[in-house]
Amino acid sequence: MTTQSAHLDRSPIKPRKASYSVLPGFRFTLGYTLIYMSLLVLIPLSAIVLKSSELTWGEFWSTVLDDRVIAAYRISFIVSCAAGLLNVCFGLIVAWVLVRYSFPGKRWIDGLIDLPFALPTAVAGIALTSIYAENGWIGQLLYPLGIQSAYSQIGIMIALTFIGFPFVVRTVQPILEQWGTEVEEAAATLGAKRWAVFSRIIFPELIPPLLTGFALAFARGIGEYGSVVFISGNMPYKTEIAPLLIMTKLEQYEYAAATAIALVLLVISFVLLFIINFIQWRIGRRVMPH
Amino acid sequence: MTDTSLLTEQPKSPPHTRRKSMGGGLLPSAPQSRACTTESSYVRYLLIAAALGFIALVILLPLAAVFVQAFKRGADVYLAALVDPDALAAIRLTLVTAAIAVPLNAIFGIAAAWCITKFSFRGKQWLITMMDLPFSISPVIAGFLFILIFGSNGWFGEWLDNQNIRIVFALPGIVLATLFVTFPFVARELIPLMQTQGIQEEEAAATLGASGWRMFWRVTLPNIKWGLLYGIIICNARAMGEFGAVSVVSGHIRGETNTMPLHIEILYNEYQFSAAFAVSSLLVCVALLTIAAKHWLARKED
Repeated sequence: MTTQSAHLDRSPIKPRKASYSVLPGFRFTLGYTLIYMSLLVLIPLSAIVLKSSELTWGEFWSTVLDDRVIAAYRISFIVSCAAGLLNVCFGLIVAWVLVRYSFPGKRWIDGLIDLPFALPTAVAGIALTSIYAENGWIGQLLYPLGIQSAYSQIGIMIALTFIGFPFVVRTVQPILEQWGTEVEEAAATLGAKRWAVFSRIIFPELIPPLLTGFALAFARGIGEYGSVVFISGNMPYKTEIAPLLIMTKLEQYEYAAATAIALVLLVISFVLLFIINFIQWRIGRRVMPH
Repeated sequence: MTDTSLLTEQPKSPPHTRRKSMGGGLLPSAPQSRACTTESSYVRYLLIAAALGFIALVILLPLAAVFVQAFKRGADVYLAALVDPDALAAIRLTLVTAAIAVPLNAIFGIAAAWCITKFSFRGKQWLITMMDLPFSISPVIAGFLFILIFGSNGWFGEWLDNQNIRIVFALPGIVLATLFVTFPFVARELIPLMQTQGIQEEEAAATLGASGWRMFWRVTLPNIKWGLLYGIIICNARAMGEFGAVSVVSGHIRGETNTMPLHIEILYNEYQFSAAFAVSSLLVCVALLTIAAKHWLARKED
C-alpha cells in the first residue's frame, strides 16, 4: 500500500507552480481533507501523547523498562526482523520470476500475492494455527523433528511472514518491470558471467526497493496483532509480543501502563514511516520514468 | 499493493529483439542474445520452483485449510454455523460498519486526491506522509486511542455518560476504529492514478465554462471510476476484516457488538473450530473477490 508513494514523485506530469489555477475546489477539498484527518487521526493520536504526559518520567521508564515489556519488544523486534529477511529472500525470487520468466498460471499467481492484504488477520491467524499445530498438516511433520511450529516464536514468525510477504514483492516488482535489458546485455558483451551481472549490476539497484519492502514488512510485523494472537500462545517472556501486552494491560484497566508501551511502539512506527518515505523519495529521484 | 500499474502487461518485445534489425549479421542472433540476459534453464526452473513452492506454502495452504476445516464436519454443521443467531448478528454488524465507514473514507479519498493531485501547495509531501500514518500504527493502538477519548475515564467519558450516549463498546466506537484503520485506502488508490492523468482535461472543461461539480461528474469521475471502485473494494475488504482495533473498542458483547472477525475469535476459543472456519470462509470469499476485482479493474483501465 505505501509502496505507492514511490510512484507519487515519479509521475511525468508535474503540477505547475500553482500560485494560480483555473480549477475550483482547492480550499474546499484541502479544508475537508485536513479537518477529516484531524478529527479521525491527528486528534486521537494526540490523546495518547497527552495521556502519557500524565505519567511522571519515573513511572514512564519503570513501565517501559519492565522486564516483561522489554522481553515483549525484543520478541517483536527479533521475530519481525527474521520474518522480514525471509520475505526479502523469497520476495526477490518471486518478483524476479514473475517479471522475467513466463510459465502457465502466472497471472493467477501474481494475483494471489495480494491475498495477505485482503484476508482478515484473524482468519489468517486461525488458518495458520490449524496448519502448524501439533496435529496440523505441517505441524505433524515438524513436531517429530523437535520443531515446535505453533505456540512458539517460530509460530509468530510464520504469521508475520504471511502478513509481510506482499510488501517486498510489490516494491521490487515495479522496479524490475521498468528495466530494459540494455545494461545487462552490455555487461554480458563485455564478458561478465550471469552471476556477476546479477551481483554487480542488478542487485545493487534492487537494494533500495528491498530495503523499503523490508521496512514495510517489519513495521507491519511490529504492530501486528490479529494473526499472531492465535498462533503465538501468548506466554509472557516467551511468545508475548508488544501489541498483545498493550491489550493485556487494557483488559486489566492499566491504562497508564498501556499508554506508555503504546507510545514507545508509536515512536518506532513513526521513525520507520519516515525512513520508508525517505528511501522512496530517494528512489523517486533516481529512477526516471520510462 | 493497490497500484494498478503493477498489473499491466510486461513489454511484449524485449529490447534485445530490436538488435536484429539494427546489427545485421555480425551481432549474435536472437537466441544467443536472449541467453546473455537470462539464466540457464536449470537456474530458471529452480527459481520458479522456489517461488511457486513458497507461494503454495505461505498463501495457498492457509486458503485450503480454511475450506477444509470449515467442511470437516459436513455441510450441515457448516450451514448451521452460518445461520446461528449470533453469527447472523455478527454478519449484520459487519455489513453495517462497512456501509458507514467505506463511503465516508471514499469521500475523503476523493477530496484528498483532488487537492493533492490538481494543485501544488507547500507541505503536500507532509500531507501524503501523514495520510500513511494509520498503515504504520498497530491496530491495537488505533482502538486504544478511541478508548482514551470516549472511554469512561477518557476526555468525553463523563459527559457522554451523562447524556447516555455510548460510543465505546457500541456501534459508533466500532465504526470509528474501522474508519481509522481503513482511512487511507481510497486516497492511496486515487492519488497515483490522478497524478498520471494530469490536469489538462479539467482545465479544458473549466475554460469552456463548466462548473466545479459538472467538471467532476463529467470529466474527472469517468476518468477515475475504475480506480475509485477498486479503492472502495479494498477499503471494504479491510473494513470487514479488521480485528485488532475493533477488538479493543467492541467490548465483545455476543450478538450485539461482535463483528465477524470477533465472532470467529470467540468460536475458535470455545473450540468450535468448524463453526469458526465456516464464518471465516465467508471472509475468505470477500478477500478472493477483492483480488479478482483488482485484476478485472486493472484490465478495464488498460
